[in-house]
Amino acid sequence: MDFREGVVVNPYLRLNDEEINRIHKASMEILEDPGVLVFHEEAAKYFEEAGAEVTKVPEEGDKAWSVKIPETLLEKALKTAPKKVVLGARDPKNKLVLDGNKPRAYFGSGSETNYILEISMDTYVKKDDPETTAVFPTFKRKRGTLKDLCESARLGENFENLDFFIRNVNIQDPEITNENKDVNKFFACLDNMTKHVLAGITDVRQLDNVIKMAEIIAGGKEAVKENPVVSFISCVTKSPLQLTEESTTNLLEVNKRGFPIVISSSPQGGSTAPIDEIGIVSQINAEILSAVVLSQIANPGSPVIYGSVPVRARMDNLHDMYGAPEFSQYNMSCIQMARFYGLPCYSSAGVSDAKTPGIQASVEKMLSHLCVSQGGPHLLHYSFGLLEETQTFCPEQAVLDNAHIGMIKRVYREPNVTDESIEDNLKIIRKVMKSPYRIYAKYARKQLHKGDLYLEYSFESDREDMDETMAKAKEEKERILSLPVKRLPEDVRNKILEEIPGILEKLH
Amino acid sequence: MSEQELLNELEHVILMGHINEEDEGLDGTMQGTPGTEELVKKALEEGIDPEKLLKTFGKAMEKVGEKFESGEFFLPDMMASGECVGNAMEIVEPKLAAGTSYEKGKFLIATVQGDLHDIGKNIVATMIKGAGYHVKDLGIDVPADNILEAIKEYEPNFVGLSALLTTTMTEMEQVVKRIREEGYSDIKIFIGGVPTSQEFADKIGADHHCKDAMEALNKLEKVRDAS
Ligand code: B12
Repeated sequence: MDFREGVVVNPYLRLNDEEINRIHKASMEILEDPGVLVFHEEAAKYFEEAGAEVTKVPEEGDKAWSVKIPETLLEKALKTAPKKVVLGARDPKNKLVLDGNKPRAYFGSGSETNYILEISMDTYVKKDDPETTAVFPTFKRKRGTLKDLCESARLGENFENLDFFIRNVNIQDPEITNENKDVNKFFACLDNMTKHVLAGITDVRQLDNVIKMAEIIAGGKEAVKENPVVSFISCVTKSPLQLTEESTTNLLEVNKRGFPIVISSSPQGGSTAPIDEIGIVSQINAEILSAVVLSQIANPGSPVIYGSVPVRARMDNLHDMYGAPEFSQYNMSCIQMARFYGLPCYSSAGVSDAKTPGIQASVEKMLSHLCVSQGGPHLLHYSFGLLEETQTFCPEQAVLDNAHIGMIKRVYREPNVTDESIEDNLKIIRKVMKSPYRIYAKYARKQLHKGDLYLEYSFESDREDMDETMAKAKEEKERILSLPVKRLPEDVRNKILEEIPGILEKLH
Repeated sequence: MSEQELLNELEHVILMGHINEEDEGLDGTMQGTPGTEELVKKALEEGIDPEKLLKTFGKAMEKVGEKFESGEFFLPDMMASGECVGNAMEIVEPKLAAGTSYEKGKFLIATVQGDLHDIGKNIVATMIKGAGYHVKDLGIDVPADNILEAIKEYEPNFVGLSALLTTTMTEMEQVVKRIREEGYSDIKIFIGGVPTSQEFADKIGADHHCKDAMEALNKLEKVRDAS
């Protein structure tokens, strides 16, 4: 296979066809009334020329247009939007094929966390029994830096179950400015891993520098079209139903250059969208589709990915909340909507609301990983190490998540019901029934040695007096970070450092 | 095939847990090639000294043990190798002169009355047999009377008792008491099963508690070394 296998799922269908149709209709109604608010003059013009009803909104100064989009525009857009998008990679074996009609799920990191959680394992003495000691993890939050991003990319490179990488650390080194942030973050990722790299853009004026970097890596302007080693995300809408200026510009500029882009929207049920599943899904669907329509009017045929990141709001502080079962419901339904339109889907799972790794974190993550991946999205972002409602990245938790996602991928393996497998098993059953101890152990050896069996939880503890999971995760992180780094080839690296301005000395 | 080649091949098939021609071996590819049983028969036909075969068994099982310790082998592998040697012993035994040094001893094993659990007991029996002991397995739900009768008849050096229920632990206690009461003070009694412990063994007068088959083998070897 010349692309990553990911995991092909037989999707769980939360919505039936009728329900999908009703949500579709509801979204179409939303697009006509109230329509979307577009804070982007050029975009408003595109809509108007294509036949949408566009009126200026005086209350917003000269900056906003109300756009009512008829269904015919969507129909037209869906004819030109590619149903299949290929994301490239430094190592072509790591390419991803997103086919809107085939639910092959890939797990990736995300998003841009401000904090890194550092773990220290220290030995404590029991107060009333100084003979008794135990090792416990304690945690410290610190601001993310380029070094952390590089390390995180190296972890991602070595996580068997990480299929694509979204810069998950917000680089806050003092030398980082809005102008040099894009080139530094993309370079940090690409120089430390051979998988697909996806990110948002901070300053659209840097887009051409990032693209040039991708061209140098892929081997030229033509080669990068075949193998787009980077792609982009733009959260085009600000819920409810507003297309913002900056992210709309980003969308249009990326489209112009032909690179794949995720059109994402992330409303919060209960604050920026109805809390009802049907309400939030209808709204986010309308939001994403409005931007899909825009992209296809402006640049027909642009590769776009349906990016649904619906979240539940927490009722005590209206922060976003990822551990709520509703989060999974929202996301699963959106995946079905994307498939209804035949568009590749970017969805979300694996964030915890917990501030530290451990029980709550793993439970919440497993819940959404399992539920949402069952829906059959193409790119499942947020999957590694995210804590505290996406504010914090913890490498040790990412190590655990990698193992947990491996378990999930295993669940999706197809059952093997063939004449041959039935015959084999009947033979074994008959033989065992004739044997003195009637035990099947020796017939397990074939599968066992094919490497086909789940053997044990990777961080299993042998001790009865304390939990060692975190200590083992830390060891694994350290092991990975001691492996050789998959740097860009010397000549490619030098060319980038010479030709692309702004890459910090510490990355040279 | 020279004698040495045959013995090397024998060692290899035991290591691969290749019991007989019908068996698939460690990785599922060995069906149709001579296994332990066939090679042992061939060796005896060719007049190879049975003691050399026993040495080969020992060498092979030692390697199996090492591979298990290092994590390369799993329990099913070890059990298959154990079954190889167990079956091979049955073929070799009639050819051995009685009372020779290779006699590791006789091990009587049973799950006590009231208890039907036998997976663990069977693993232990397979491995002990595979280590070259003579094993007599009375099965499950065995009344104390039957165990004592068998001791009288079979004259074991070791008795192994298994109990998986807290309720049958008391039965285990009764069996140990009867064995000692009837004057079998030399018999080393091994016990096992999840609810049991070394403490419990001490309390009821059994000699050794073993948490698994490996521990049983190690303790057995220690007892033999000591005597
Ligand atoms: C499998 C099983 C069964 C199977 C047994 C199948 C079989 N062929 O043996 C079936 C379904 C028949 C069964 C029935 C019952 N079971 Co049950 N069973 C189990 C289970 C899940 C696993 C036992 C096992 O085989 N483990 C795997 C083997 C490899 O391990 P092992 O037996 O511990 O053996 C190892 C060591 O202990 C040691 N060892 C064992 N014996 C010996 C002997 C010697 C000499 C030595 C040296 C070492 C040694 O070495 C072995 C190899 O490593 C246990 C739970 C558990 N965690 O143990 C419950 C368990 C033992 N069962 C239990 C119960 C309650 C029952 C039933 C009463 C259920 C019911 N209400 O009907 C019946 C009882 C039937 C009876 N009268 O015995 C309870 C016992 C609780 C208690 N009161 O103590 C347990 C603990 C489950 C639970 N938590 O509720 N059971």
